[in-house]
Amino acid sequence: MKRENREVMEGSHAVAHAVKNCSPDVIAAYPITPQTHIVEKLSQFVADGELKSEYLKVESEFSAMSACVGASATGTRTFTATSSQGLILMDEVLYNASGLRLPIVMVVANRAVGAPINIWNDHSDSMGVRDSGWIQLYAESNQEVLDMAIQSYKIAENDDVRLPAMVCMDGFILTHTYEPVSIPTKEEVSDFLPEFDPEHKLDPEDPKSFGTVGFPGDFMEFKYQQHEAMQNAKEVIPEVFKEYSEKMGREYNGLIEEYKTEDADVILISLGSVIGTLKDTVDDLRNEGEKVGLIKVRVFRPFPEKQLIDAIEGARAVGVLDKNISLGNKGALYSELLDSLYNSDITPLTINFIAGLGGRDIPESSAKKMYEKTKDVAERGYVEDEIKFVDLKEA
Amino acid sequence: MVNFAGIAEPGSTKNYKTGTWRTYRPVVDFDKCIGCAKCWEYCPEGCIIELEVDGKEVYETDLDYCKGCGICSEECPVGAIEMELEEED
Repeated sequence: MKRENREVMEGSHAVAHAVKNCSPDVIAAYPITPQTHIVEKLSQFVADGELKSEYLKVESEFSAMSACVGASATGTRTFTATSSQGLILMDEVLYNASGLRLPIVMVVANRAVGAPINIWNDHSDSMGVRDSGWIQLYAESNQEVLDMAIQSYKIAENDDVRLPAMVCMDGFILTHTYEPVSIPTKEEVSDFLPEFDPEHKLDPEDPKSFGTVGFPGDFMEFKYQQHEAMQNAKEVIPEVFKEYSEKMGREYNGLIEEYKTEDADVILISLGSVIGTLKDTVDDLRNEGEKVGLIKVRVFRPFPEKQLIDAIEGARAVGVLDKNISLGNKGALYSELLDSLYNSDITPLTINFIAGLGGRDIPESSAKKMYEKTKDVAERGYVEDEIKFVDLKEA
Repeated sequence: MVNFAGIAEPGSTKNYKTGTWRTYRPVVDFDKCIGCAKCWEYCPEGCIIELEVDGKEVYETDLDYCKGCGICSEECPVGAIEMELEEED
């Protein structure tokens, strides 16, 4: 294990330091709570001469992503960050970024989507754009999100992937919380992350047309290529994590992380910062003799169906905690887990917990209730109430 | 197989002959045409060609690309451009 130099800082600043050491050529951003501190810190680095980047203050998130698309097409490394309504305003451009195969890295400080107006955390924003062709990673801690930012460039810029990547960190819970973090130096990052030099780029010396029309005779093949790139990412991401672990001395394994799942009868699954609470809950329950385990989904796109099925095998019931809901259906993680299970050899009982919307706290006591409910399902052998809103106030 | 991300050589749009999209075809009466180039100015496709007929400078449409929008006919100050329905020969 390498000796770590740890500093205490806010999550937003931690991620800004990591991005700085990736030396993005162009940063285009528009402020929105709770993301603002990330790009504010980066603009400070540029103003102080610590970071040589073109920093574009644009008039909207639509422009921020458009500027990143243009800059990335010229073969430069780009960065932006946003939240909530800002991400939705980018929506159209997100599809262009992925369709044009531009490895833009964006941090999303996850925040609820209004109305009602709400600046606090849930996953409605990034889950709403899960079909936009972006890789999506969800961080548990400030250390993980800063590491993910660096890893994301290497994943996105890989020739077999070449897709934009969204690094999701929970608004306030991570962005505004001070934690000790270890930030790889510029030299360490340079050793891990080679310069971005794509084969195709906009260059006046060697002109090319980007953004051409895809007629019905060709369009499907382009979408197939994007889907194929996502499949490739399932192989590339663990390799990148492994190399990072070796070089930086912090362990990152696969697309998912299993926690005490080996002999578990009941497994809880979620993503993001709530994993910390769930790990504590699992520890407590294990001490009480309960056979409970936890799966953290680190990579949501591409979706790790095979890894999830392998990890769940043996469990009698699975409880999925979603900080989002597709209104009229289910939580995103739960729906996609069900998709994956249908053609698998296992048939665990499943239940979906909708919790923490709009920043409502998810304390350990609530996590324990979710466990009890899932255990109850396992013991009864059937699911009575599949979609359960946790800690909903009585009418 | 298709190329990567639809990235193409510059100027390749001219390989797509859009004239087949046309329902109405502009037909220029060279006797009426005064060579003012209004059609050339207004054509959204840039497919008006200058030519000389009987020593007179006139304008005509490049039918490989003309989509038949009729703007040239609308704008012609002397009514020299008629839009005629395309019919299979």
